[in-house]
Amino acid sequence: MLASLLVFVALSSVPGDPAQLILGLNAAPDALAALRSQLGLDVPAPQRYLAWLAGALRGDLGESINYGRPVSALIIDRLAVSVPLTLGAGLIACLIALPLGVTAALRRGTWADPLVTVAAQVGAAVPSFWLGLLFILFFAVQLGWMPAGGFVPWERDFVGALRSLALPMLALGLGQAAVMTRMTRSAMIDALGQDYVRTARAKGLEPGTVVFGHALRNALVTLVTILGLSLSNVFIGSIVIEQVFALPGLGRLALTAIGTRDFPLIQGEIVLYASVIILLGFLVDVSYGLLDPRIRID
Amino acid sequence: MAAAPSPRASVPQRPSLRQRLRLARFGPSFWVGVALIGTVVTAALLSYVWTPHPPNAMNFAVQLQGPSPAHPLGTDEFGRDLASRLLIGARGTLLVGFVAVGIALLAGGTIGLVSGWIGGWVDEAVMRLVDVLYAFPAILMALLLAAVFRPGTLTAMTAIGLATIPIFARIARSSVLTLKAADYVEAGRALGARPGRLLLRHVLPGAASPLVVQASLSLAIAVLAEAALSFLGLGTPPDVPSWGNMLREAQGFLAMSPWPAIVPGLAIVATVLGWSLLGDGLRDALDPRSR
Repeated sequence: MLASLLVFVALSSVPGDPAQLILGLNAAPDALAALRSQLGLDVPAPQRYLAWLAGALRGDLGESINYGRPVSALIIDRLAVSVPLTLGAGLIACLIALPLGVTAALRRGTWADPLVTVAAQVGAAVPSFWLGLLFILFFAVQLGWMPAGGFVPWERDFVGALRSLALPMLALGLGQAAVMTRMTRSAMIDALGQDYVRTARAKGLEPGTVVFGHALRNALVTLVTILGLSLSNVFIGSIVIEQVFALPGLGRLALTAIGTRDFPLIQGEIVLYASVIILLGFLVDVSYGLLDPRIRID
Repeated sequence: MAAAPSPRASVPQRPSLRQRLRLARFGPSFWVGVALIGTVVTAALLSYVWTPHPPNAMNFAVQLQGPSPAHPLGTDEFGRDLASRLLIGARGTLLVGFVAVGIALLAGGTIGLVSGWIGGWVDEAVMRLVDVLYAFPAILMALLLAAVFRPGTLTAMTAIGLATIPIFARIARSSVLTLKAADYVEAGRALGARPGRLLLRHVLPGAASPLVVQASLSLAIAVLAEAALSFLGLGTPPDVPSWGNMLREAQGFLAMSPWPAIVPGLAIVATVLGWSLLGDGLRDALDPRSR
């Protein structure tokens, strides 16, 4: 809520009059006044904020100036791209990072650990949007296997939609996988260094039981934190990836909104992004209590 | 009458950052980081005195060419020399990174130090406010600022800086909380040092190493964010060569030449890798426990 207030204050402190911006400098004064009251600008800012917040809690984010449609409807349309993109990229990141990170932690002192560590360090330095460009170069331009961009709606062609999301998911997921691998590795190393792991080993438990039953079980809290952080990163990263692959998702909608100075839309979008990040953080906190009985949330 | 020993000399202090740096043994990642960042800094400085071609000189006879003796890294869609633009781009990358992380270090560090020092409900309230910033990663903050002001280098730097404040505030605060109870700070207080002096002379030096390490790691993230923002058209203005801008322009010509898309990307990777290796190397050298 504090975050939404911040967005609101920032956006209402915009220099210049939105009505003037929309109608141009030569607009008639009564047309300006009419538009201002249509946009709700004739009411004082705190009152506007409360009205907007009350609406937002009911799912009403106001109406887009540029599209003339409710902001929430515009956002819902775009979720068909952004949600699968984010979840797919997150899944790819997990599938790569968890096994690699755990393996590297278990194989310290062999060739596997430095190999994974170096690969992850270099991978984390690669911007996912550049990786996306390289994928287009290779898979679309050179090989012609994949579309270079654009999106086929799910209901028209399910496989086509999946194909248009495959490269963006991979580009976004691989970048995050590198970051996640490093974090998983150090979480696992921490867990493996604990006394109870040594005890478990000392009493002769199977290595598998020790790793999965003791170390991994206790590293779960850290791993869930990493997962939450990764999903936030991927969600924000999707803004840039959508631009690379010309995907009609939330990110492109936001960029268009900034280009056209469509304030209700910008506000709705930014509050949505921030809320998702806050929600992910909250879910991570709640999961602590479930995963580790020693942690109680008051 | 013998002079009384200086009270400060008699109190064992935590080693200062300078002492730690002198004693530190730097590993390979530090030196690779230094080499990479050194190269970028050299490129940026060099661009002020020399570039192979004028960076904005168009030459339609050599559009979208691969590397050649005249154009070592190839040319873009206007026949502009990619090597020259790459050198100029190094400036913006470094500048935006330094300013953004400078903002975060200064603001976040001060907030964390003071808030942790005061403690109590003030600390609680301040850190809650700082946490709000966690909900706005650099790209999102930049969208917000670009809507309010106009997109540009200043907006991008400020956005990245604001988004990076919480991590510095957290680190500074946790150092202060540990150091507040340290014997030499206690001793300083007992000798009647004022809070400002205690904070600056006793606490800050002890808190400096983790902040310096984080600054290097944050520079890596800032370079990535700046490139992404320029790519989106929310960073460096299009008439100034920057690595992100070069990638955005290259996007339209991927089918014709890969070079404009490959060259700036490699430069970004090298810079980000440089800062993160430098940060890791510093951390390993300054804080042996973290290995």
